[in-house]
Amino acid sequence: MSTGVSWGRWPRYEQRISPLTSRFEPLPKAGPMLVFGNGRSYGDVCLNAGGVLLAARGLDRFISFDATSGVLECEAGVLLSEIIGLTLPLGWFPPVTPGTALVTVGGAIANDVHGKNHHRAGSFGHHLLGFTLRRSSGEVLQCAPDEHADWYAATIGGLGLTGMICTARLQMRRVPGEWIGGDSQRFGNLEEFFALAAQSDAAYEYTVAWLDCAATGGKLGRGVFMRGNHLQHEAAPPRGRSLRFPLTPPVSPVTGLSVRAFNSLYFNRPAAQQAHAIWHYQPFLYPLDRLLDWNRLYGPRGFFQYQCVLPNAAATAALPEMLRLIARSRQGSFLVVLKQFGEQPSRGLLSFPRPGVTLALDFPNRGEPTLQLLEMLDAITREAGGAVYPAKDARMSAQSFQQYFPAWTQLKDYIDPMFSSSFWRRVTGGS
Amino acid sequence: MQRILIIGATSAIAEAAARLFAGRGDALFLAARNSERLQGIAADLSVRGASLVETGEFDARAYDSAPALLHTATERLGGLDAALIAHGTLSDQAACQVSIDRMREEFDINALSVMALCTELANQFEAQGHGVIAVISSVAGDRGRQSNYVYGTAKAAVTAFTSGLRQRLYPKGVRVVTIKPGFVSTPMTAAFKKGALWATPARVAAEIVGAIDGGKAVLYTPWFWRPIMWIIRSVPENVFRRLRL
Repeated sequence: MSTGVSWGRWPRYEQRISPLTSRFEPLPKAGPMLVFGNGRSYGDVCLNAGGVLLAARGLDRFISFDATSGVLECEAGVLLSEIIGLTLPLGWFPPVTPGTALVTVGGAIANDVHGKNHHRAGSFGHHLLGFTLRRSSGEVLQCAPDEHADWYAATIGGLGLTGMICTARLQMRRVPGEWIGGDSQRFGNLEEFFALAAQSDAAYEYTVAWLDCAATGGKLGRGVFMRGNHLQHEAAPPRGRSLRFPLTPPVSPVTGLSVRAFNSLYFNRPAAQQAHAIWHYQPFLYPLDRLLDWNRLYGPRGFFQYQCVLPNAAATAALPEMLRLIARSRQGSFLVVLKQFGEQPSRGLLSFPRPGVTLALDFPNRGEPTLQLLEMLDAITREAGGAVYPAKDARMSAQSFQQYFPAWTQLKDYIDPMFSSSFWRRVTGGS
Repeated sequence: MQRILIIGATSAIAEAAARLFAGRGDALFLAARNSERLQGIAADLSVRGASLVETGEFDARAYDSAPALLHTATERLGGLDAALIAHGTLSDQAACQVSIDRMREEFDINALSVMALCTELANQFEAQGHGVIAVISSVAGDRGRQSNYVYGTAKAAVTAFTSGLRQRLYPKGVRVVTIKPGFVSTPMTAAFKKGALWATPARVAAEIVGAIDGGKAVLYTPWFWRPIMWIIRSVPENVFRRLRL
């Protein structure tokens, strides 16, 4: 990770980086500023062109952990992976985790992240007992569902704009150990996906599907459905060190041809169909965390991720339309994820998760053709009444954003006058 | 379980080392100037597994208070097995060149205060017949260079002092470890462009803990600073004086 660069490695901006080392110190008297955690959001929600980035990984201290109640309090720069290292041996796990554990707690709050258990657990904010918010005025607000509740709601999913999240209190969940048991099965089309999701969501903590975005015709919408529960199991955890993607190739090897080949192989591999599988939590929940800096794979121009949510009723028509568009463009990549969200309303004013089905996939940045394709996908999302995830976005139009997140006008009242981000200026026209 | 005193406990390297001590259940006494930050670090180390964490506000420049600090730390931990001296400042060379006061302040904090603490610790450990004194010096003390020779001079004093102390205490069962880190990417240097020579505090701390446990006399951390500094020391003065280091 390099401070000041987001996970999609595009766009790149000049920013002044100011490291935070103590949660007791006031914010610097400079602006506009924005807190930068571990750089796992993809686009520009974590960037602040021409402004100040407060690098928060230095705020990585635990404050307390009660192994009886599972309540953890820590500084906002602590990574979920560090929390797991502390609490899993004691039988506790983060209640909600995104597809990488290398995110900070502050980032998880500011983007109200979700995971493979959204249908049961909701998003990160649902388990947030409280947090402290430091404002540029010097004021420190204690926020909880019943204390400064409006600030609590504005800050969850508030894209880091309401001030600096200093510390957070989180309710962890009990787990029997490091293992996850479940199964994996192929599905031939989207109807089968929806049927599997409907049938699995009540009995499984985690459900997620991988989709073959290169498939067309009769194979359109085929993929692999995985589901699992935490499981009591005695075995040695998998060994092996993390690997680091050593350099950025001058030309990305992710091309139409390699994507078709990979997707076909992935779909047809024997492990796609497993009646009784036991996974270690790391490969199940964080398949890419062992490959450090994998985002370099997309070459020097970086990549986009497009993640949208579509209301269930509209999704049956909109999803195939999107998949046809993507397959025809030959721009999609390997990492395509489909997930049924639950009904639980999110707590944040600007939270992304909402009832419906969410689709996420990567696109190597090929400039204008890629931007045009993403804009066409946005047209479908808008028409369907869906939304695009700001944490993954680097290009949605102000018009799209304001339609997806009508509460943005309310958030304005809570934004710290000294805080801003490249994303926010882009989608609100600088207001 | 070890009972360890850490001076300059809010520094990035000391905090990283303290986390490793905490993870194995050691008992710690943390000393530094800022008591609010000390409390924050103490809570963190308790969560990470330290069997006991005590703190004391301490300004290393006040040498007179060194015996009192040692006394308190020994009492609270019920004895002392090791000490890590990690406080210091990165001197502003330009300011030291034009002000005798600034130069003396830097020498005071980076050399004399360390030697004062070492003197007290040495006598206590000598009397009890065991103990480890680990002191963070620097590769900068291996040869004076125009870019930071005031800091380098102070660290050279620490290196020479600990070398002598090591000889004196060797027969008494007390070990002295001189630690010479190179470039360390602390939060203070987050904005610098970093090359391959930069190491994380976590890596440096792991090597420090290894040296304290393993009985090493002089630790260059990371290891490649040993050959680098050997070369720098070997350059003839006639050539060295023309270089811009």
